[in-house]
Amino acid sequence: MCERHYNNYNNYNNYNMHFSFTKYSKLYYAFSGILIAGAIVSLVVFGLKFGIEFTGGSNMEVDFTQNRPANEDISKALTSFDLGEIIIQPTSEKGAVLKFKGVDEATHQQILSKLNELSPVQEKAFQYIGPSIGQELKNKTEIAIGLALISITLYIAFAFRKVSRPVASWKYGLASLVALFHDILIPLGVFSILGKFYSVEITIPIVAALLTILGFSIHDTIVIFDRIRENILRKGMGEFSQTVDLSLNQTIGRSISTVATVLLVMFSLFMFGGETLKYFSLALIVGITCGAYSSIFIASPLLVSWSRWGKSKS
Amino acid sequence: MSQKYIIFIGVLILALLAGNFAYPDYLNKGIDALNGKFHWTLPHFWQKPYSLGLDLQGGVNLIYQADLSTVQDKSTSMAGLRDVIERRVNLFGVSEPVVQIQGQDRLVVQLPGVKDVKQAIDTIGQTPYLEFDEVRTEAESKPILDKIKEVQEAQQKNQDISKIKDWQLALQNPYIKPTELTGKYLSKATVNFDQTTFKPQIDLQFNSEGAKLFENITARNIKKPLAILLDGASIIDTTGDGVIDGSDLYAPIVQDKITGGKAVLTGDMSTKTANDIARRLNSGALPVKIGSPISQETVGPTLGAVSLQKSLWAGIYGLLAVVIFMIVFYRLPGFLASLALIVYVALNLALFKLVPVTLTLAGIGGFILSIGMAVDANILIFARMKEEIRQGKNLSLAISEGFKRAWPSIRDSNINSLIVCAILFIFTTSFIKGFALTLSLGIIVSLFSAIFITRILLLVFIGQRMEKFKWLL
Repeated sequence: MCERHYNNYNNYNNYNMHFSFTKYSKLYYAFSGILIAGAIVSLVVFGLKFGIEFTGGSNMEVDFTQNRPANEDISKALTSFDLGEIIIQPTSEKGAVLKFKGVDEATHQQILSKLNELSPVQEKAFQYIGPSIGQELKNKTEIAIGLALISITLYIAFAFRKVSRPVASWKYGLASLVALFHDILIPLGVFSILGKFYSVEITIPIVAALLTILGFSIHDTIVIFDRIRENILRKGMGEFSQTVDLSLNQTIGRSISTVATVLLVMFSLFMFGGETLKYFSLALIVGITCGAYSSIFIASPLLVSWSRWGKSKS
Repeated sequence: MSQKYIIFIGVLILALLAGNFAYPDYLNKGIDALNGKFHWTLPHFWQKPYSLGLDLQGGVNLIYQADLSTVQDKSTSMAGLRDVIERRVNLFGVSEPVVQIQGQDRLVVQLPGVKDVKQAIDTIGQTPYLEFDEVRTEAESKPILDKIKEVQEAQQKNQDISKIKDWQLALQNPYIKPTELTGKYLSKATVNFDQTTFKPQIDLQFNSEGAKLFENITARNIKKPLAILLDGASIIDTTGDGVIDGSDLYAPIVQDKITGGKAVLTGDMSTKTANDIARRLNSGALPVKIGSPISQETVGPTLGAVSLQKSLWAGIYGLLAVVIFMIVFYRLPGFLASLALIVYVALNLALFKLVPVTLTLAGIGGFILSIGMAVDANILIFARMKEEIRQGKNLSLAISEGFKRAWPSIRDSNINSLIVCAILFIFTTSFIKGFALTLSLGIIVSLFSAIFITRILLLVFIGQRMEKFKWLL
């Protein structure tokens, strides 16, 4: 009975596609290795450009109603205020974002009226962050990312506690952890390059995006692991690499679809969503794409390599 | 009628209610048209606005660091400070200001739509000022009252009031005048209960200098009221209209000359009122300094409106893209999942109004993200269903197997996302909080829509009669 169904299954609807994913695992490791190494090099060499939420300082967004003065003229007009290094970024047609060291409200108003003398100006937004808040936020971000990594790993190990052979359940957790590092390092590398060449900053929205990547990129890994678990329980112990390959072939369609729907909304946000959410959605796009890749090409092959390694050792 | 149809109708009603609650304009227009045509008087559907964060409606968000080094009981002092700042902020006349204690010694002040930020910061940063005022004699009141009248008349005639001699006199309170006794002479105020009547009373303790001042003042004001003012306004709302303004005045009557610097305020008051008075007396006695804000975020009203507009369109395009994707790749079930997704959007928007969730740009970002994630459960279920059909199972069995077998991975994935949302809440930053809130709400609602609603739709629309149209699946 079961056999007959299995045959049907093979003949129906082109389902005989079978790709041996685990055969080429060294290739994926090498590819990801290069990407991660690149990300780390970029992080070490360029570092991350943190927004004023983290460093403290002032951020002023203005629209000149007539014409935008040249950056040098704006800088010159503001020299009397002792604002440290003033960064002026033109935005849209007549707008500009000014960044300088933290000032109180009185100075802020004086700066505004000084700009008004230069050319009529309308202030769209102003932000001042004290240094203590910035440091606190950095600490909290580190704690949050650490906590997320640990709790996701533990949860995976717990959820797969019923499978202990041929690979122990904690190894599922650890394989996910490796994939998660991969998924968060690559977007960070991308942002360090963007920071260096396009002065894109790490801001609060991007931190929120990075943490969301951790939560979402694990979804595909769970779907694949869940199928591996099911196949082991149903078909019994065969060659583990075959079980993983079968599971990957069975689930790859839905892995791509689930990621595609999220990417669709994030691309829409990236293109139409306005300035604040632009890099937030970009971080998610990069991270979720990495997550889809790592679930299929890193986390699952890792399980196989691990079981082989275990065998050869014993 | 079988059970599934009853549930289906229930879901339909829920969806209609949620949709119209989220966006009642069309329904209300329809009601207006009907009322006009048939002379009915149907009421409008419940109109409740969305609560928008500062980044979307414009306004200022200030964070203060209180200096608690000189006070003993930190949490009480912070409560007192919050109370004082709230009183001041209410004077700005902005709609729904927020004053919140954050952590141990931080105060967050949000002023939506405030015009003069500098003045707001100046007013908030002042040290609370507590004063005890005595009644003016009639001879003292008269010139002030006359001057007020003169100024008012000049104003009516649109004359320049600054030309009137001594016009500043009109700014004074005609009935009471400050005494030398102020908050700095008060050591503390505590609420106690009378031993026999069990009514609440407030014990005041002045320092040695204050004791002498209080003795003199009480001596010359026996059987007369002595008003207590904080920041120039009555210490409590005595008219009971919920706001403290010029018509309120808290002025206990001095019964006798009081020596030794200890006084008791008695009278018919609730425990809450007594606590309010004592807390405010203390905030004037041991003022907590907050200085200038350690963080300030000002968003102009136009920027907020533009951001809102853009993110809404991004959401609509994203939703459309997901609907098209689902229909192209999953045909009939994909169409049903799209219906469930639209119900999901309506339910979520209705919840935003109902809870209410303060919508920020981040919150909208989280919500848009959740639209993309909401159909993921459907994708997993449908993929599984197809597999079961390929294995030769009949439709209804395939549907129920699809749900059953896809469930563990749906559960595990969503729990993981919820874990991350919970971690995000350790950030006290309002951006991240707003994002985590809408995302976690979205995850929970999506489980309901993607599993429960889609299942009902599948059961109702895909019966055994669909066996011949398997290509649609």
